[in-house]
Amino acid sequence: MPGLSGRMSTVIKAKISKLLDRAEDPSETLEYSYQKQIELLQNVKKGIADVVTSKKRLQLQEQKLRDQVVKLDTQARQALAAGNEDLARVALERKNVAQTELQSLDSQIAQLEQQQQQMTESEQKLRAKIEQFRSKKEVIKAQYSAAEAQVRISEAATGVGEEMADVGLAMQRALDKTENMKARADAVQELEAAGTFEDLTQLGSGEDDIDRQLRELSSGSEVDAELARMKAELGAGSKSAGEIGAGSEAAAPAGDPAEAEQAGPSPSAGQAP
Amino acid sequence: MIVRIATEGQYEVPDDDAATLEQLDNDAVAACDAGDEQQFQATFTRLIEHVRDKGQPVPEDRLEPSDVILPPPDVSFEEAQAEFSGEGLIPG
Repeated sequence: MPGLSGRMSTVIKAKISKLLDRAEDPSETLEYSYQKQIELLQNVKKGIADVVTSKKRLQLQEQKLRDQVVKLDTQARQALAAGNEDLARVALERKNVAQTELQSLDSQIAQLEQQQQQMTESEQKLRAKIEQFRSKKEVIKAQYSAAEAQVRISEAATGVGEEMADVGLAMQRALDKTENMKARADAVQELEAAGTFEDLTQLGSGEDDIDRQLRELSSGSEVDAELARMKAELGAGSKSAGEIGAGSEAAAPAGDPAEAEQAGPSPSAGQAP
Repeated sequence: MIVRIATEGQYEVPDDDAATLEQLDNDAVAACDAGDEQQFQATFTRLIEHVRDKGQPVPEDRLEPSDVILPPPDVSFEEAQAEFSGEGLIPG
């Protein structure tokens, strides 16, 4: 087949012959191949351990974000109780962003979970094939003439070699994905440390501007709704929503300055994109 | 005919299906060359599903090389376009 599958087969075959090249006679092919198989099995185990480590790291970060959400919520309540609605809004906006980030972390953790499972399955499959290869090589040695044994051995070795190349590929892809997540997690952590939480919205994976704007709109109205809810809970009503917010402007993110002048919660999603 | 879906496993597919697979495979390449990502994803998904649908998973105690190897189900358009040349998708 000349298409994608043909190209893929060519690449895999090149990989297998690279795996088996070093052996010159059939028995050497067997031993060399077997040794390679065992090596790869060790690598797969290491790969699984890496995935588990990354998962734990993300879970730790998830916990931090959860704490952050609680903290920002409390701060919003305190700000509102003190009559500083602008500050409350900033806190709620940040809480919203932290929650969005939390959702994305959750799905990353789920992905890692899935990868861990896939790699565990691959490991078991490869282990079974290696076991099969080991018993087969004894049968081949015992039952066949040298010439025939060579053909059968190289077929079996190619079969296992293909499995090895494929497990290697699956592992590489899993680890690449994990690396990407790590890089993203690091970036998030840096932003968090720098206190630029609001910039987190720009880290969304592969979304375009329209997605982002839509989300900003919905997050704006969510913030409004939550602010209203909090006010109702606190019984703060409209009397606190006066000019008291002036002091909070320094803490505000690059929002619409006009927003600070508005009294009471804005009915529209008033953030500048 | 044994078809491997890379990173997933081998399937024994009836020989009658070879023509369908080849057609889908060529269509996927054509979409790739034309830079039509949507068409590529649609065709490639059909190709993978056809193999899963018509094929029987090859038992683990069989050590045979595949006749055909398909790229991983989650292959990206960019990866497919990269022709899998050199080191390509396969780590050294």
